Amino acid sequence: MIRFSAAQRGITWRLMGVATAALLVASACSSSSASPSAGPITLNVLLMQQAAYSASDIQAMDAAFTKANPNITINPELVAYDSLHDKIVTAQVGGNGKYDVILMDTPWPAELVKANIVTDITSKIPANFTTGVFDSAWTAAKYNGKIYGVPWINDTKFFFYNTDMFSKAGITAAPKTWDEVEADAKLIQATGVKYPITASWKQAEAVICDWTQLSAAFGSSDFVDASGKALFNQGGGLAALTFMKKLLDEGLVDPASLSQTEDDVNTVMSAGQAAMALNWTYGLSVMNDATKSTVAGKIKVAPSPGEGSVTTSGVNGGMSLAITTTSKYPDQALQYALFMASEQSQEMDVANALPMWKASFDNPSVTKNNPDLFAAAKIEFAGLVARPVVPYYTKLSNALQDAIQQALLGNKTPQQALNDVASQLPSFQQ
Amino acid sequence: MTAGTLGRFSVKRSKPWPETWVAAAFLAPAALVIFLVVVVPLVRAAWMSLFAIELTNPGVEPFVGLGNYITQLTSGAFWDSISKSLFFTIVTTALELSLGVGLAMLMDQPMRLRWVLRSLVILPWALPTIVNALMWRWIDQGSYGSLNALLTQLGFIHDYVPWLSQDTTAMWMVIIADVWKMTPFCAILILAGLQGIDRELFEAARVDGAGSSDVFRRIILPLLTPIILIVLVLRTMEAFKVFDIIWIMTGGGPASSTQTVAIYAYRTAYQSYDFGQGAALGYIIAIAIMLLAAIYLWMLRRTGSTES
Repeated sequence: MIRFSAAQRGITWRLMGVATAALLVASACSSSSASPSAGPITLNVLLMQQAAYSASDIQAMDAAFTKANPNITINPELVAYDSLHDKIVTAQVGGNGKYDVILMDTPWPAELVKANIVTDITSKIPANFTTGVFDSAWTAAKYNGKIYGVPWINDTKFFFYNTDMFSKAGITAAPKTWDEVEADAKLIQATGVKYPITASWKQAEAVICDWTQLSAAFGSSDFVDASGKALFNQGGGLAALTFMKKLLDEGLVDPASLSQTEDDVNTVMSAGQAAMALNWTYGLSVMNDATKSTVAGKIKVAPSPGEGSVTTSGVNGGMSLAITTTSKYPDQALQYALFMASEQSQEMDVANALPMWKASFDNPSVTKNNPDLFAAAKIEFAGLVARPVVPYYTKLSNALQDAIQQALLGNKTPQQALNDVASQLPSFQQ
Repeated sequence: MTAGTLGRFSVKRSKPWPETWVAAAFLAPAALVIFLVVVVPLVRAAWMSLFAIELTNPGVEPFVGLGNYITQLTSGAFWDSISKSLFFTIVTTALELSLGVGLAMLMDQPMRLRWVLRSLVILPWALPTIVNALMWRWIDQGSYGSLNALLTQLGFIHDYVPWLSQDTTAMWMVIIADVWKMTPFCAILILAGLQGIDRELFEAARVDGAGSSDVFRRIILPLLTPIILIVLVLRTMEAFKVFDIIWIMTGGGPASSTQTVAIYAYRTAYQSYDFGQGAALGYIIAIAIMLLAAIYLWMLRRTGSTES
């Protein structure tokens, strides 16, 4: 056993006392430095790294902002989309509320407002934003008529197809309806492609986005009515799920789709293993990236097919930059969000994300590199369908993800699966 | 340096501190940290589990007593997730222990380059769980994963199998990934126990005519029982609260077929904002694990008293 002399014990005792006191002081300091500083500040920003703007795009935008505002340093944190919602909740409510700006998806404003995570910025939005930005982009920023975010991403799922595989099957144009998709897939399968369609139908938000897009094509526009009654288990919602199951049963959709996200769809398409898929804007550049894709240059984009009287359909994939209620620098945070959303920033790089400014679509210097994409976007953006902006959205989404997969795996009929969720709806709304 | 001085500092002689005080002083900072990050959240979670706390209803937190516990214990989704956790726990622990004993026996054999074998065996355990999960997710991917390519080339299957997309195979693929990672951990601990056995016992048994299987069944296994029980306790507790490897590989799908109780609790608390229910679930999981651990420890103590 180590023996201490009296002197050593005395010094040790004092050192331990100092260490303990320092720990207490440090913890006290960390929770009491709430006053805004006049000097240089750092904004903590939570964004995603998946679809839309890439890490290098964001780095370039941040650099431009810091150059214009040398007193403000940006500390961006990029997470996968599937982690974004939970990261916001854990950090802002369960954690220390470190973020000043967060990226907010279309269905989240209601729940984030009710959880007091984001700030009302209605009176601080410049007039040119309210008139110049696509209406669909505002869905991701509004709740109950108030604005809680600056629209930043205006996205939807487009129809991507492999021109080589289409030509080989004798198909000369992209399908305009889902019935045509089915017919084309059968022709392509006859040429030796095992599964002509690949999809992101994992038990995650990805499958909800695809199902919403198809629901819209089959005539549905709302998940629930004004009184909160379920609409998703009838009409377009039911028809879409029945159609998805049919494509699987016919062997036209890769069964691996049930564990795939949008990134997996890019990989399968890039490997030349499937002929068509729905995906966000960024899919076009990823699938045509010569360094990663074996079919670079052969993937084209078209408006997502419709059905019957619906000419096209698109799920609203817009996202906005929201200022948190815990931010010590809300004015600077808003300044940053407005800069990121400005026409100038949005037109820096349109490879992965489309601008949300209407004028950008008529600017040849912006559209020249991706005329097909802009043409498809102009058509789809006119009528995007949003997932419901309700406070119980995540509960509803989780239940629907499970139900859709139960139906796709044949454990339940589409009607039974959707009815089961409809019966749970009142408990979500309590 | 003389007593009463330390370096160039002179220290006033005073009554010596009792050694227990010195020990307490050393422990104080760590104890404070543990109190703040373990004890306080534990008490807070216990308190929260008695209230209906939904983040989308801030300020409205009615006291519900054991209501959250009753809601969960009468919920089909909860028991479904418990059954998934139990299945995962039983299968992974049984496989990891059996394979661990086999691997430990192999690594215990005198052979050239034994250190190479030991180093290679420990590699999967050394990999971070997230890397392991991503690697197996890629291997098992139905369209471009290497498992399908391998099995097709070997002639075992004719069509690619969507391993992670079928509710009949997804859980097994997650189990394989966990067994691959954690078997080395079991093997190393069992190897340590194996090397503590007196080799003369083996020789004496062989002289008496015992075969290899007799030596294994009648000498090695009984003497390894304490270490096997310890490994059993550790692995059961870890496996029952498994989250990360499943979350990354399948996200709990397809159709919730891999949704263990930890994933169910996470969805309840952090995705559905239901912190009251989430806290109750956390305590139910903790109590279940403590019960399992108590049973094992009782078995361990019984084994110890039998041996003595």
